[in-house]
Amino acid sequence: MKLSRSFLPPARALAIVPPYLWLVLFFLLPFLLVVKISLSGMQFGVPPYTPLAELEEGVLRLTLQARGYIMLFTDNLYVATYLNSLKVAAITTLACMVIGYPIAYCIARSAPGVRNLLLLGVILPFWTSLLLRVYAWIGILRNDGLLNHALMWLGLIDTPLEIYRTDLAVYIGLVYAYLPFFILPLYAHLVKMDMRLLEAAYDLGARPWRAFVSVTLPLSRNGVIAGAMLVFIPTVGEYVIPELLGGANTLMIGRVMWTEFFNNTDWPMAAAVTCVMVLLLLVPLALFQHNQVRQLEQR
Amino acid sequence: MLHEGLPIMSVQSEAERFGASFPPHSEDFVQIIDVAKQFGDTAAVRQVNLAIQRNELFALLGSSGCGKSTLLRMLAGFESVTSGRIVLDGNDITDVPPHRRPVNMMFQSYALFPHMSVEKNVAFGLKQEGVAANEIQDRVFAALELVQMAQFARRRPNQLSGGQQQRVALARSLVKRPKLLLLDEPLSALDKQIRQKTQIELVRILEQVGVTCIMVTHDQEEAMTMADRMAVMSDGLIVQCGAPRDVYEYPNSRFVASFIGSTNMFEGIIVEDEPDHISVQTSDLPQPLFISHGVSEPLGMQVAASIRPERMTVSLTRPPATVNWARGEVVHVAYLGSHALYQVRLETGKVLEASVSSMMLTRDDAASMGDEVFVSWAPDSAIVLRD
Repeated sequence: MKLSRSFLPPARALAIVPPYLWLVLFFLLPFLLVVKISLSGMQFGVPPYTPLAELEEGVLRLTLQARGYIMLFTDNLYVATYLNSLKVAAITTLACMVIGYPIAYCIARSAPGVRNLLLLGVILPFWTSLLLRVYAWIGILRNDGLLNHALMWLGLIDTPLEIYRTDLAVYIGLVYAYLPFFILPLYAHLVKMDMRLLEAAYDLGARPWRAFVSVTLPLSRNGVIAGAMLVFIPTVGEYVIPELLGGANTLMIGRVMWTEFFNNTDWPMAAAVTCVMVLLLLVPLALFQHNQVRQLEQR
Repeated sequence: MLHEGLPIMSVQSEAERFGASFPPHSEDFVQIIDVAKQFGDTAAVRQVNLAIQRNELFALLGSSGCGKSTLLRMLAGFESVTSGRIVLDGNDITDVPPHRRPVNMMFQSYALFPHMSVEKNVAFGLKQEGVAANEIQDRVFAALELVQMAQFARRRPNQLSGGQQQRVALARSLVKRPKLLLLDEPLSALDKQIRQKTQIELVRILEQVGVTCIMVTHDQEEAMTMADRMAVMSDGLIVQCGAPRDVYEYPNSRFVASFIGSTNMFEGIIVEDEPDHISVQTSDLPQPLFISHGVSEPLGMQVAASIRPERMTVSLTRPPATVNWARGEVVHVAYLGSHALYQVRLETGKVLEASVSSMMLTRDDAASMGDEVFVSWAPDSAIVLRD
């Protein structure tokens, strides 16, 4: 059913205004500001970028500088950083799927009383700051940290494992931090699934595993996609976790942005990095949205 | 136990046809033996015995919470059996998981897989069996032909109407040729108009396929239209079992008499017990009820007499008989097309319901609202109920 052409009563039209206003004020305008900075030149002073348009003796001079973008695509470091960020985000998302799906499934299928307790367990880490939790991971993963002590005490290893300041530590941190974002939307999908569909599958001769693969899994697809988006998108631009847990050679866009912004004070460059990242993320998001709308229309 | 209240002359023949809550014989096709289901402290089903014959269409009838759905789910294997046994075609299936039972179910809301086409939905069961691809295609097409849905094979369930979904669900549950087909409120999701047409259509298809079928319904009309035999359930027990007509004409308890159809119930005491008749003294009527068919109950016993509205005659003139009539005033007339339902308030305050056929309504001496009328009935129309 399409609502677009039907009559919207004034009150309903009014109800749509606040979210639009919010998006314009807090997303569109700031983003346009960033786009503007990305096209400016660098200068020392306040602000540290040149104005885009200048009125000089009645002549409006518009100066657009593509320096940042040109550098982005010519300097291999940036390209490699983007690719690496996408790779890290993809692997993190995959790991969240593999670990998160069974957890979400178990929570959704447990008794209602237990279910709330388990959900609380998933949400509980949010009650402490992310920074604290990442520091805690440093304590666990360090060469003389909790994990190595435990493994050595158990006699499983002789020399400490080098995890801290490696890519593995970054993955551990990312999966740990973003797992709830995968579990929660998937859980919401799984819990409202019509259990009679599973019964119908059993009734028609499907073993439990077959019923899961041919009914539960395809029906939870949108939950998986939603969870994957919520993990993938913020992971691409993640700064804190790679900075604290990763080594010097862990290339992530977030860190590059930080360097350009605070170390090099190159605002236009940092802005260009940001704009390209947003574009990179908007494409999959738009595809997902398109897919969702199409599915809704099918109904 | 079961047949009290039945007229003596028909006890022998009826008893043979009923045979319900007696333990099933080993040659019966479906045997439900002492089956009970306990959910925590509450007993959903308490000691049910049923025997169902091959190719029979059997209905479990009852209001919600009577245990009929739980019984059906135990037959499908979705619920374990607390005690008792279920035997299908000589095999004990009590502990067989649902995916290995030769039993298929048509769900109340159809439970069609929304992400599969009609064709894939119907093929699902055959695929699990490992049937060869070309045979699957033939059988799916045949099943869809049977329910006249072949032209919709490529559609998704959400693109079909309720009636069409119901047909697909039927095809899906028949395509595996189950030994036992379970129908859970098969038509409750349909509009009333299409429902009646579908009931007869459904029976036709089931007879054509030749399948043993147990259906659950809360709609007595549905059960009576479709079923060969039915069992009335209440509070986890089977109260009465028999052919729809027998259950309607010879209810064995106050509960069944008022649950199946509507009835006029008279509470009273037996004051006369002769070989050819009894009399029941009731405060609802100015004179005792004279009941001609033999019911051997002790004098002074508290019983109920049930007389169906269609057994009542409404007339403006006083009937010639000395017994079995009462004077009253018409307080309501509900015109229902084929017949009209009169409500007549007697001098005792009791309100009787009488059904008058539309043909009678057109006559000059038809009673209307506010008229003083006489309600009368034949001596053999009352059923005496002890329970």
